[in-house]
Amino acid sequence: MTVETRTAADLGVRSDFPILTREWDGRPLIYLDTAATSQKPQVVIDAVSDHLASHNANVHRGVYALAQEADAAYDESRRRVAAFVGGEPATTIFTKNVTEAINLVAYAWGRANVGPGDEVLITAMEHHANIVPWQVLCHEVGAELRYLDVDEHGMLDPAQLDKELERGKVRLVAFTHISNVLGTINPVAEMTARIRAAGALSLVDGAQAVPHMPVDLRSLGADFYAWTGHKALGPTGIGVLHGRRELLEEMPPFLTGGDMIASVDFQRATWNELPYKFEAGTPPVAEAVGLGAAVEYLSALGMERVRAHERELTSHLLARLGEIPGLRVVGPPEAARRGGLASFAIEGMHPHDVAELADRGGVCIRAGHHCAQPLMRCLGLSATARASVGIYNTPSDVDALIDALNAGREIFGLGS
Amino acid sequence: MDDLYRDYILDHYKRPRNFGELDPHDLEALEHNPLCGDELGVHIRVKDGAIEELRFHGHGCAISQAAASIASEELQGMQLSEVEELGADWMIELLGIPVSATRRKCALLNLKAVRGAVTGDGAWPI
Repeated sequence: MTVETRTAADLGVRSDFPILTREWDGRPLIYLDTAATSQKPQVVIDAVSDHLASHNANVHRGVYALAQEADAAYDESRRRVAAFVGGEPATTIFTKNVTEAINLVAYAWGRANVGPGDEVLITAMEHHANIVPWQVLCHEVGAELRYLDVDEHGMLDPAQLDKELERGKVRLVAFTHISNVLGTINPVAEMTARIRAAGALSLVDGAQAVPHMPVDLRSLGADFYAWTGHKALGPTGIGVLHGRRELLEEMPPFLTGGDMIASVDFQRATWNELPYKFEAGTPPVAEAVGLGAAVEYLSALGMERVRAHERELTSHLLARLGEIPGLRVVGPPEAARRGGLASFAIEGMHPHDVAELADRGGVCIRAGHHCAQPLMRCLGLSATARASVGIYNTPSDVDALIDALNAGREIFGLGS
Repeated sequence: MDDLYRDYILDHYKRPRNFGELDPHDLEALEHNPLCGDELGVHIRVKDGAIEELRFHGHGCAISQAAASIASEELQGMQLSEVEELGADWMIELLGIPVSATRRKCALLNLKAVRGAVTGDGAWPI
């Protein structure tokens, strides 16, 4: 890792990210879309490339030395990834992404444990990945899908959670650690304690949390916790599901086929041990190696520092967005209760146009419903623009966004 | 002067022509842009095989709203048989701005709705 000037608002790691040297029409790339996917440091690119160039073989059945290198690389990556969040390798399952991780639980655990009259409880701030699998499960087994409300500050109400749990029908509560639209950091440990006390299970979507703050699974107490590699400086095509061992052992497999079996007879098969039981087919080996390198990089940087940086930058972002007339930020007003993102709407400008005009200034932000259409309906918006920060961003990136938004407002005749 | 957000585009966005609903109407369709959650609906009154009156409603970006507004002026009076033949090029040319691949869906959302209303087939790819 390169050491440049380091302050809370500037971690001095930009030069580790080759993509940030790209320019458009002489303007540098200003990337404020890390909540969609993070950029990759050279060490991750090198790890993937080195694996493919020098250590590539299929895993788990090769006796030759090269195959053993590939096995060792895959196993080591799992150890690193598990350790990064205080998990165990055996209960750390590699999936394709968070969507697959949640589907794994909805299919393997859900079909066996949720029945007619049962309830699955989620929140109104979920990503479609944490809504649709539960909708499909509930429709299929005759269960009811219920929602916790989001208040005007983008927060959940613990009293409503208790009230829902008191009904005694909730089998599982699935909720996001950090909302990808509101930025809200939910009190995971407090919520899982209430859920456990009521005899229900919890599943937490950590896609926006693991890359941005210290996450210790032991203190969070979730039964299932899912996150994804590509938002955490790693490659696409690899997600992670951590599960409580007893649950994973009892659960039937999700996808079936190669690698997840102990033995296969003409009519039946027995399942491999954890975590392989849930990893059917050739796994994403190079992607795992890349993710292993990514979490090493983040660990070396220090997740406390990563969080401090993003909190500082988010404060700056919120303050500067507040200067723009007619701009409404959704979610908690203070950076302390938020992850590193802000979604906003500007009166008289559609979010798509906002993003297009930001691009005029070389600034990449996202516009749309952010795969959270139920939340959008609650907010009374069809879409928002969203700026999100990563370890490589600095206050000047935020300032460039503000300049681009002001220039855009002028083009739209909204005054300066 | 901005290439995309020309004065006439912003004028149609801020003061859309033929915006609203028609009751009663003979034909209607509602289209969504799954990318951004925008929606655009059209109501059409038919007389002698032609569009007598057309109104569009919904919400969207400057490009989709301007496209709907500009097209509405051209579509009124057009034979339904002609409408069925309209292609993407017609709309893009009428807009008169360079439309990127991502914004193409915005530009064509209205034509998709109009074609759907007239032909009953909402499967026109955009």
